[in-house]
Amino acid sequence: MLQTEAIQARRGGFTRRKFIKGVIAAGATASVSGYLFRGSGVFAPMLTAQGAVERLITVTVNGQQRRVDVPKYETLAMTLRYQLGLTGTKLGCDRAECGACTVLLDGVTHYGCSILTHSVQGREVTTIEGLEQDGELHPVQQAVMDEGGFQCAFCAPGFAMSMVGMLEKNPNPTREEAAELLSGNLCRCGDYDKILNTAMRAAELSRSRA
Amino acid sequence: MAVMRDMIPPFELYQPTEVEDAVRLIRQHGDKGWVLAGGLDTFDWFKDRIKRPEAVIDLVGVEELRGISAGADGGLEIGAMTSLTDVAENADVMGRYPLLAEAAGLVATPQIRNQGTLGGNIVQDTRCWYYRSGWPCYRAGGNVCYAATSQSMNREHCIMGASRCVAVSPSDTAPALVALDAEMVVAGTSGERTFAAADFFIGPDIDIERMTVLKPGDLLARIVLPAPWEGARWYFEKIRDRKSWDFSLVSVASSLRVEGGMIQDARIVVNSVAPYPVRLRAVESAIRGRAPSEDTGQMAGEIAVEGARTLRHNDYKVALMRNLVKRSIRDAA
Repeated sequence: MLQTEAIQARRGGFTRRKFIKGVIAAGATASVSGYLFRGSGVFAPMLTAQGAVERLITVTVNGQQRRVDVPKYETLAMTLRYQLGLTGTKLGCDRAECGACTVLLDGVTHYGCSILTHSVQGREVTTIEGLEQDGELHPVQQAVMDEGGFQCAFCAPGFAMSMVGMLEKNPNPTREEAAELLSGNLCRCGDYDKILNTAMRAAELSRSRA
Repeated sequence: MAVMRDMIPPFELYQPTEVEDAVRLIRQHGDKGWVLAGGLDTFDWFKDRIKRPEAVIDLVGVEELRGISAGADGGLEIGAMTSLTDVAENADVMGRYPLLAEAAGLVATPQIRNQGTLGGNIVQDTRCWYYRSGWPCYRAGGNVCYAATSQSMNREHCIMGASRCVAVSPSDTAPALVALDAEMVVAGTSGERTFAAADFFIGPDIDIERMTVLKPGDLLARIVLPAPWEGARWYFEKIRDRKSWDFSLVSVASSLRVEGGMIQDARIVVNSVAPYPVRLRAVESAIRGRAPSEDTGQMAGEIAVEGARTLRHNDYKVALMRNLVKRSIRDAA
């Protein structure tokens, strides 16, 4: 459904005017003013080449439809942090080499630093902020609390999202399988043993809740 | 770091939904355009401000380029935008072409496989860091190779196939596809053209600025796995510094057809030893009619490394290649 809407939007199903009207009506456009790292694009002409995408788009983040004015060259991690205020997603290397920016797209782990926000229209983005349901911690979050799994914890949100993705794929992993499934995240403190304890605990909690 | 390198400089973004529109846009922008698939190769270039295209054609919305289906001649067709995870975990690929499933499953990390595409893995640019750091080398249009001097850090560079440039092909799926006699279907304005995988990758002696036959304006649309190598014996091994993330130092892919204990036909392909995946035709003909044994493997390994020319820091690749070729015959199952 969402995918179809996004394709419709890309096919020109919405006119620019209709889209802007919709944004005004919703009154919830995140603006570029909260943007910390202003690129030269802010001053670039707002004119759009024929057939090119519009800057005003809707992204679905943690179950909410967020309308946001996104420069075409902006990555998802930047939009989440600096436009939508979701600073749980960290930027470590910004080169798909550390995993701190890991988020879920339709339940599958991706590096938020290496995908354009414009490319995730029509897909469900889940960040660390979206894991808690009705005041109850996600099994992964509870496992982090139980095991004290991280030292400095800068990598924790990325690891937590990878653990959610891991449980989706393999709810009953061995320690070795968990290590494999979490191999796209780095911990600079080298706390991998405790992180794997956390992952195993998360799997246990998740099974007992199901 | 004084210089801000992480904000991507502006570009115009196009998100076509049909292959024809994508091709038209790619043609229209020519060498000022950039085709975006999974983005794992792309964004490094953009963030480092070494490649600065005016227009980016994002293929995320082109449904036709995604998915795995039955091919016309009983083989399998894989859209270029299919994620590496989908290739590695697809029941048909795993059952019929396990060599490709294995290779795709060993690329980088889970996240990169979820996001990266088969097409992107095939056409990705080389990882030579002199080149990727923006040094004006031969491949970048300059007139020197920084990786082949007496002071260069060239542990990862090539031992064969060099021609001014000594960079290697980094792809894991490329050798597997060559070993399966896959075909690459390239879309253009004047219809589709098909290339055998072995001819798709080109060396610097043919064009030093490209790794494949694709020119600005071309689009790799899909990969066709023909029926013949289905169910053959196979072997794949990727040697790398870490068990995650890293590109291969040397990788090997083989397909063997064995009847009555003798090798009837074989494809042996090694990658990351040359600027393109190297199909070892001399080895293939030498092992035909022999048993896939330790002795045959030993002989094959010796033939494989004939003519290798090492740089200052990469002579270990000769021994690695010799051993991997041996294993690819002896241990194929």
